[in-house]
Amino acid sequence: MQTTLSPGAYVKVFAALLILLAVTWSVGYVDLGAFNMIFALAIAVSKALLIMLLFMHVRTSSQIIRLAAGAGVAWLLILITLALTDYMTRS
Amino acid sequence: MNGAESTILAEQFDNIEQQHEADKLGMWIFLATEVMFFGGLFLAYTVYRFTYGHVFAQASRHLSDICGGTNTAVLLLSSLSMALAVRAAELGRQKQLVRLLLATAVFGIVFMAIKGFEYHKDYVDHLVPALNFEWDGPDRGNAEIFFWIYFAMTGLHAIHVTVGIVILLVMAFLGKRGKFARNYMPIEVAGLYWHFVDIVWVFLFPLLYLAGHR
Repeated sequence: MQTTLSPGAYVKVFAALLILLAVTWSVGYVDLGAFNMIFALAIAVSKALLIMLLFMHVRTSSQIIRLAAGAGVAWLLILITLALTDYMTRS
Repeated sequence: MNGAESTILAEQFDNIEQQHEADKLGMWIFLATEVMFFGGLFLAYTVYRFTYGHVFAQASRHLSDICGGTNTAVLLLSSLSMALAVRAAELGRQKQLVRLLLATAVFGIVFMAIKGFEYHKDYVDHLVPALNFEWDGPDRGNAEIFFWIYFAMTGLHAIHVTVGIVILLVMAFLGKRGKFARNYMPIEVAGLYWHFVDIVWVFLFPLLYLAGHR
């Protein structure tokens, strides 16, 4: 079974990534307050998902590989969330 | 098991699919440890950004978003050529594989060249902590922390890009000798590593270069 996609599909993913880069870069020149960072992170997560699902073939991978791919991200979120529950509640 | 498979199938596996699965799983587990490796720095960034947000925004504007943004595009392009290289490897197109691996390595070298130019610019602008750091205005110490984190994160990332370039060049050399004609998994696994390094930069660009609106 072939696991890689067609060249056309890869070029489309690349074009989508470039558009997302252009959006995040342009928004960096507008003052949205706290939403600047939220917007930038949302776009970064979208780009990471495109790369993981299509360039790294997670979309067509087995459950165990999806689990390994998700595990690192999950532990990183635990690390940051638990640390922030401390720092954000200090008076 | 047929004859062609038996020559590349290690004895601990039942069939070639299981072996490929193990190859990929090993790389993904390594990448999870890499997420943890970079994770400490991302946590340090988050905590200091939360505590000294205003200074971080000011400090961020001293970085060149032209360099950072261009480098993002260069790395995304390198990921495209890497994805196409893995495809060529799977389809057994050895010449195309070597050309695409070399193209990916060249994009990586372009990234490092722009990064080197930018580090030089940071040095000239007196932004290097402990070496020549100068800061007009209050909160000098906290601004310096931003640049410590900037150099630590981009430096660690640059080391990963350098390792990736070496891997790509070795793979191109071996590919030229037809090493991947029967088993393309080393290319698939090298591709996973290269895409991971790309993803790290996708987060570094907005966090470091666009921390304050310009």
